[in-house]
Amino acid sequence: MSIKIITEKCTGCTLCVKTCPFGAITVVNKKAIIDLHKCNLCGACVPACKFKAILLEKPAAAAEKKDFSDHKGVWVFAEQKKGKVQSVSFELVGKARELADKLGTYVGAVLIGHNVDLGAQELVSAGADTVYVVDEPQLANFLDEAYSKVVIKLIRKYKPDIMLSGATIIGRSLMSRVAITVDCGLTADCTGLDIDPDRKILLQTRPAFGGNIMATIISPNHRPQMATVRHKVFNQPALDKHRKGKIVKETFTASDLSNRTTLLDVVEEVENLVNLAEADIIVSGGRALGNHENFKMLEELAQVLGAAVGASRAAVDSGWMPYSHQVGQTGRTVAPKLYIACGISGQIQHLVGMQSSKVIVAINKDPDAPIFKVATYGIVGDIFEIVPALTKKFKEVLHK
Amino acid sequence: MNIIVCIKQVPETTDVRINPETNTLIRDGVKSIINPFDMYAIEAGVRLKEKMGGKVIVITMGPPQAEAALREAISMGCDEAVLVSDRAFAGSDTWATSYTLSCAIRKAAKEFGGYDVVICGKQASDGDTAQVGPGISTHLDIPQVTYVKKIEEVKDNTVKVERMTEEGYDVISAPLPVLFTVVKEINEPRIPSLKGMMRAKSAKIAVWTAKDIDADPKDLGLSGSPTNVVRIFTPAHRTGGQMITGETGEIVAKVAGLLKEVITG
Repeated sequence: MSIKIITEKCTGCTLCVKTCPFGAITVVNKKAIIDLHKCNLCGACVPACKFKAILLEKPAAAAEKKDFSDHKGVWVFAEQKKGKVQSVSFELVGKARELADKLGTYVGAVLIGHNVDLGAQELVSAGADTVYVVDEPQLANFLDEAYSKVVIKLIRKYKPDIMLSGATIIGRSLMSRVAITVDCGLTADCTGLDIDPDRKILLQTRPAFGGNIMATIISPNHRPQMATVRHKVFNQPALDKHRKGKIVKETFTASDLSNRTTLLDVVEEVENLVNLAEADIIVSGGRALGNHENFKMLEELAQVLGAAVGASRAAVDSGWMPYSHQVGQTGRTVAPKLYIACGISGQIQHLVGMQSSKVIVAINKDPDAPIFKVATYGIVGDIFEIVPALTKKFKEVLHK
Repeated sequence: MNIIVCIKQVPETTDVRINPETNTLIRDGVKSIINPFDMYAIEAGVRLKEKMGGKVIVITMGPPQAEAALREAISMGCDEAVLVSDRAFAGSDTWATSYTLSCAIRKAAKEFGGYDVVICGKQASDGDTAQVGPGISTHLDIPQVTYVKKIEEVKDNTVKVERMTEEGYDVISAPLPVLFTVVKEINEPRIPSLKGMMRAKSAKIAVWTAKDIDADPKDLGLSGSPTNVVRIFTPAHRTGGQMITGETGEIVAKVAGLLKEVITG
């Protein structure tokens, strides 16, 4: 594997410099130079060069085509808690249906837990053709190793073409283990999934470098092609109660289900629970709030609106709000019907986490703040004046 | 107790800006730092050592300049530092990265007398995958607990920890050796002491190549990576809408009118 500039062809136009996501290319004396310590051999510069001056040589093995015709089906790991299938899993079944229809194949769902019959039925209603159910008392709660072993065995038995999971705490921990063991790639936090119409492979698009750039990733020589997706990235499919599907019960031996760690207790912190992902309205605060106490002002507005309170990374990193409130690429991805951003400048890493909201209201002192570029309604002004006034106004308007 | 901490050097991304004309990253003057989540891993490792005795070995995979991250880790109390660096690692995805680090951990175990705990940050701030930690434990075939927010106690070769969940936390007991990935709730990373900084300055940093860690060349770098980037593009942003202007009273009246239906609908 190597990359080089064909000096005779290079005109020093800097197109490649602009394309390189790693900042590895510089132009010196009108010729491009690649810093091989920074270069990741991603190949983004090759098509960007209009003069065909960049040569990327891939090893023969990567070019070799394998036959994967025995791998069929788009699978979803259906995450359950207390027997209830999580909403992200339904969103993925909806997406899997779309991908499977493009490939002319079936949608499979893997449901591991205890007393999960109802969930299996719901997965069929959401679009699954086959639900593989592993129902054992000791699998009621997530266990890293036992769940991995079950998923790995099912993958080896049924050979799915694609395997999707929510990018949740469970999904990320589980799929990482599975991908290594079955020798497959895994693309985290995809925001787009599609099928390449010619090669019939999965195109996995995700934000890279804090969301500044989107990267489309493929895994052409390994099956299944695996990806995780965050909550609310895809829409909930409509449930069709009359839809028919197969429910296949799979049994495992005790050694299959062995797990070296022991789950001693499951603690729910109900009071501190911030269900940002499920909220219809979110009032969010950023750096301009200045301290923890000022978030009370947002809480008052949130209370009037029946909203949840979010925070930007700047506010969380400053210790003003707990991490569970963070909206953005390193926090929660949200898509409420109304998002009110108060004193948030709109770093791209924040925007990627909230720009799917239906209506965005931005309040900021700086008229050039990037948040205004995504706002449905923008207000240039002082949050300490406008937010309390809004709270008062909404109290009147909503008769509270 | 021997503790291995894996860290990554990342660009300080909070200040990354886009050039609006070319839509590309402005990288000039972007500093390299230790991945913020790895700071908690270092602190967790050093605190475990202070309680249990033993050594903290910090490992990073990266270019030669990643040495700076290792020196900072030493200044915080790590005892040994290893830079795993080789051109053969270029283009590694999470599969190849976790394989490479697992080979390095095996070698570190031989050099420094085994290991009991491996600690990683929950994810890196540049890649955000959270896949390398669990990838390492799978390659090493040891148990894992991800998203650890508290290490409660170490007793009779087991560790009791709290793992963060979306609803609260799980209490988990794990046998040694085990791999943890840690979240920011676990601790407050210390400021390096003067003594630590002096030690970091003169500390010897081992540099290991692909050959040194006895890695299979076909599992390294681009050829060991099942995923490839095929296209890179600038995201399409939604366009801005209407600006609401006027006195505060007018603004809130207009906004309330515009939003009433959204809120009640």
